[in-house]
Amino acid sequence: MSNPTDLRYSKEHEWLSPVEDGVATIGITKFAADALGDVVYAQLPEVGESVAEGETCGELESTKSVSDLYSPVSGEVTEINEDVVNDPSLVNSEPFEGGWLFKVRISEEPSDLLSADEYTEFAGN
Amino acid sequence: MSSSDLRHTALDALHRSLGATMTDFAGWDMPLRYGSERDEHNAVRTRAGLFDLSHMGEITVTGPQAAALLDFALVGNIASVGTGRARYTMICQEDGGILDDLIVYRLADTEAGLQKYMVVANASNAQVVLDALTTRAAGFDAEVRDDRDAYALIAVQGPASPGILASLTDADLDGLKYYAGLPGTVAGVPALIARTGYTGEDGFELFTAPEHAEELWRALTEAGAPEGLIPCGLSCRDTLRLEAGMPLYGHELSTSLTPFDAGLGRVVKFEKEGDFVGRAALTEAAARAQENPPRKLVGLVAEGRRVPRAGYPVVADGKVIGEVTSGAPSPTLGKPIAMAYVDASHAEPGTAGVGVDIRGTHEPYEVVALPFYRRQK
Repeated sequence: MSNPTDLRYSKEHEWLSPVEDGVATIGITKFAADALGDVVYAQLPEVGESVAEGETCGELESTKSVSDLYSPVSGEVTEINEDVVNDPSLVNSEPFEGGWLFKVRISEEPSDLLSADEYTEFAGN
Repeated sequence: MSSSDLRHTALDALHRSLGATMTDFAGWDMPLRYGSERDEHNAVRTRAGLFDLSHMGEITVTGPQAAALLDFALVGNIASVGTGRARYTMICQEDGGILDDLIVYRLADTEAGLQKYMVVANASNAQVVLDALTTRAAGFDAEVRDDRDAYALIAVQGPASPGILASLTDADLDGLKYYAGLPGTVAGVPALIARTGYTGEDGFELFTAPEHAEELWRALTEAGAPEGLIPCGLSCRDTLRLEAGMPLYGHELSTSLTPFDAGLGRVVKFEKEGDFVGRAALTEAAARAQENPPRKLVGLVAEGRRVPRAGYPVVADGKVIGEVTSGAPSPTLGKPIAMAYVDASHAEPGTAGVGVDIRGTHEPYEVVALPFYRRQK
């Protein structure tokens, strides 16, 4: 599965949607979801919480391991995906769509994100 | 260890063609999962799953004193195992510490009329077991042979497995009891058919020559597809055995524990004839476990959704009272479960106030008796 070209990517394997009215959507990539295996629990940041670029803001539990969730951008969380909280397998089945994780009102333009092509090369897929 | 240093099973190319995610397991490059590990887990619980277990370590013991050697070297009563039957047992150090847990199959006598056994060790311990058996064989008229490269091992596990296997063999599967094995032909390929497994389900383990492994795998895949059989990796094997309350060496079992510490003292057969390695220490361990058990192996079931992992502290009243040995989200229970050694004072099922320290937060857990899951017979 190719990485959508309209998204930007972090080296921690998150994606960031195009910004709309100052808000962007964040999720993890298919590459990351495949590496994790079945996600069974998503601990997401809370609405209203401030997140900082490159810092942990939650965790994803899979059968074999737990992984920190990093925010690819600084800002304030405006919404979390309750569907993923209720059914974390969406992260595996639709990582770029229904498996999005949270939305952030961006306070600062992120500095170090990759294009789809750059990320594909970075992830080696 | 880089991938090129790893050992590969006879089914390696097939796993890759199936798109398996591979993992380093005890020096072997093994399938972790092919798709969703939860789907694989559920397939074994409800239909059937196919596993490559060729990393397991087979050791053949033959000779007039093969049984006597195994009775001396292992804690079980091997002489009492009938031809065609198998026994779960352990090999211990002189101090009683567990070197490995094993399945010993009593095979048919050799053509020369000699006793013949196959000892199956964990991949991670195969060399240790081989060395120990070889050392302990001194003075016995028995040969210990490394047969790790002589066998591929394919398991078909799950309620649909008897039907699937029956469509490929004339062997009397109805007459094949749990923990029994018989030589036969499956899909035209010679195999030792054993009714054993590590999943908590009915199922079979098929020992065959590596050159026949791919043919056998393909035949089982084809025969099983209409029944919902899918290939399964080691990830779901781990959650299946955990739900079934089965110990895993390196987690629930180690050289610093005796079988009695692990709640498996029943495998130690003091009543057998003659001395065996560890007898004196195990006699003391048995008494200690009876009178003053330090810790007990229990099950823990989460009230929340965060998953305990091996090594996490078990806590009560702010104090550490134990340690998680294995933990995972249970597909069957739909919540996180764990096995843990806890202080005897907190080991009773239903003990209040027990939690697991999950990365700094004390999450409430219920103490339960093992296993978490028992199949309906």
